[in-house]
Amino acid sequence: MMAEVLLKKSFEIKGGDFDKAGETSDEIKQMLKSLEMPPGLIRRTVVITFEAEMNIVMYAYEGIVTFVLTEDEIKLEISDSGPGIEDINKALTEGFSTATDKMRMMGFGFGMGLPNIRKNSDIFNIESEVGVGTRVSSVIWLNKHA
Amino acid sequence: MKLAEIVEILQCEVLVGKDELSTEVDTVVASDGMSEILAFACPNSLMVTGLTNIQSARTANLADARAIVYIRGKRPDQMTLAYARENNIPVFATELGGFDVCGILHDKGLKGGM
Repeated sequence: MMAEVLLKKSFEIKGGDFDKAGETSDEIKQMLKSLEMPPGLIRRTVVITFEAEMNIVMYAYEGIVTFVLTEDEIKLEISDSGPGIEDINKALTEGFSTATDKMRMMGFGFGMGLPNIRKNSDIFNIESEVGVGTRVSSVIWLNKHA
Repeated sequence: MKLAEIVEILQCEVLVGKDELSTEVDTVVASDGMSEILAFACPNSLMVTGLTNIQSARTANLADARAIVYIRGKRPDQMTLAYARENNIPVFATELGGFDVCGILHDKGLKGGM
């Protein structure tokens, strides 16, 4: 049986908007803090959303981050319309990057984004179609021993 | 180690958080790549970086870093400082380079987060 959804919120992210990248993660952090979630769990969640936001800003035209909280888990659905990823295995390799110098000057694009998302997820899934976009799904269990 | 001691040994200018210098840190995460900081995010850490844009302060906040040291005489812009102030993140600037900053902090017993 599916666990009851306690909270669901979607955030639109615009490609190329470097200054605003991260505002969604700030909002999610505030939300989780007000729910008195454990700091480690909050950190894992916002590392995922921040990396996702940066990926959309750097590579896609636009995207949506959907945050869902149930009694058992936090689920993050990140989908974008953009160029897509040609080789997902390469993109998941730490250090591999197709970033431009401009992206690196912003402090991102060192080939750690998707690996960081995967590392902080209990369940991680990625699908991408070249020329269409990318969809990442990430689940964090609220109680790993449940 | 208290932030006050870090300010002293690295000869920092305190740009934000002069009332927060009794805060303790025990770990250092140092990089100009924000994903590197995020990859090794841990509580009670000090972030050392040469990246001065808004994303540096945001990274510190989301990674739960207790304070930021900007190296090589770099100063963040007003937007970045305002963000740090809003989120209670002390911000320091030192003329020292990253190698020296990390060497000094390591000698004083702080450990690396990476």
